[in-house]
Amino acid sequence: MSPPERSSTLTVENLHVAYGRAVRALRGVSLDLPAGRITAVLGANGAGKSTLLRAVSGTLGLHRGAVTAGSVAVDGRPLTEDPARAVRAGVVQVPEGRRVFADLTVEENLRAGELGRGRSGAATRREARERVFALLPVLAERRRQRAGLMSGGEQQMLAIGRALMADPCVLLLDEPSLGLAPRMVRQIGAIVQEINRQGTSVLLVEQNTAMALSVAHRALVLENGVVRLEGTAAELAAGDEVRRLYLGAAEEDGPATGGRPPVRELRRWTA
Amino acid sequence: MTRLAETLLDALALGSVYALVALGFTVVFKASGVMNFAHGSVLLLGGWVVAATHGAVGFPLAVLLGAAAAAAASGLLHLLTARGLRGAGAHAATILTIGADLALLTALGRAIGADYLATGDPWGSAVVRIGGVHVVEARLAGIAVSVALIGAVFAAFRWTRWGLAMRAASADEEAAALMGVRLGRMRLTAWCTAGALAAVAAVFLAAFPSPGLDRSTGQLALAAFPAAVLGGLDSAAGALVGSLAIGLAGALAAGYQDELGAFGEGLPGIAPYLVMVAVLLVRPSGLLGSKEAVRV
Repeated sequence: MSPPERSSTLTVENLHVAYGRAVRALRGVSLDLPAGRITAVLGANGAGKSTLLRAVSGTLGLHRGAVTAGSVAVDGRPLTEDPARAVRAGVVQVPEGRRVFADLTVEENLRAGELGRGRSGAATRREARERVFALLPVLAERRRQRAGLMSGGEQQMLAIGRALMADPCVLLLDEPSLGLAPRMVRQIGAIVQEINRQGTSVLLVEQNTAMALSVAHRALVLENGVVRLEGTAAELAAGDEVRRLYLGAAEEDGPATGGRPPVRELRRWTA
Repeated sequence: MTRLAETLLDALALGSVYALVALGFTVVFKASGVMNFAHGSVLLLGGWVVAATHGAVGFPLAVLLGAAAAAAASGLLHLLTARGLRGAGAHAATILTIGADLALLTALGRAIGADYLATGDPWGSAVVRIGGVHVVEARLAGIAVSVALIGAVFAAFRWTRWGLAMRAASADEEAAALMGVRLGRMRLTAWCTAGALAAVAAVFLAAFPSPGLDRSTGQLALAAFPAAVLGGLDSAAGALVGSLAIGLAGALAAGYQDELGAFGEGLPGIAPYLVMVAVLLVRPSGLLGSKEAVRV
């Protein structure tokens, strides 16, 4: 079996984030990701999910955003708004929309994943690579192929594998199911669970509520930059509010069985 | 026939020295999205340092000093544009480089004066005969040194962590930052590399048959700008191809100037731009430049 990875606790306390000093994207968000667990962050577009991840990974600056109050800490050590430091502290993000380096080969993409961990020995690097290939065999098959030529699902796997090369103790995933076929979504869910089983804490941001609640231990729902609901994944999956707001539209296989499409969706077509 | 061979060799020499400069444009553009219009005066600064110090420390060390000075100036310029205009974007930085160019050029113009300065290069006006063709030694050296340096830069792109970070960041800045690439440091090294390459180019642009280094050497280097553009600004290989094309156009225009009559006068100067316009009409993003990515 693969060696257990280091695992860490991620604590976000009363986080406020603003873009351009005007748009308040997060207003006092707190969350706890215990070591070795998966916490899902749910919510509609614009609820502040990606902003939360940016605040943790230190990339708010690239979007002209800034933390105006509150803190983010890993194992009690505060994270500054510097992505390179976050990576060194073991907090690594898989960006939304995969964002693999299309012109680089799979192999080079994986090597790029090592860039943040400083100079490590050849043995450590080989070990990390073998673990990624064991978890995501398709990357081993395609290692000389240009990343841009792979399918969406394979690119998502590459994006995850690239992040794993940095040997994270907290893995941040931003909508890994986005734009993927249902079968691939299930596969990605299984991969996330396996990564977590090997010891990495996972913060999973998802719009696919069904998938997220099926793999996560805990979950919270963001709405307009505040935490609206919070609890164990089972509690939220059973709760009326989440089912009504999110699960009705997010059945994994094809159209919702027996459920009407939500009003919000309808309005988009009739407007 | 001899004349054609000589012209082609001239083209190769000119093209390879332009390539040193064009590669600098490309590396800076890839790293920070800025077109560095001060590149010519950074080049002139490097050349001037070589000219000013070779008497005291000898030519090889003077070239190192010149490269270091140009690298430092280029790096400083980056810090000025990046820090001074934090958040203002690449366009504002590009315009700032025009201002920096004017300032640096004025200062250097005063230092250089109206003379041609010697850089103390060891080749002088020596000419070798290969077959029936006369070749200026300095040009052969220019080709050799350019090929070696450009090869080194390409190898670094391909096989070093720095090169991988550069390629990753130019493909997707945010994704690279999420991998822990320190964007600021990576950009700074790119600007410094560009400056050092330009200083070496200055030595060869000032070498025989050119009378020496003077204020216009920096402008001469601007011919490398169309080379970078026509190659595709974000492609290092494109910068090479573009430079050779520009070198060929320049050398042909110079070599056959007399036959072209009144039309030929001044043609060597504008030939690079004519070639650039012709290429861009057919391929708007340059020979090897990446098209703006459009995803539906």
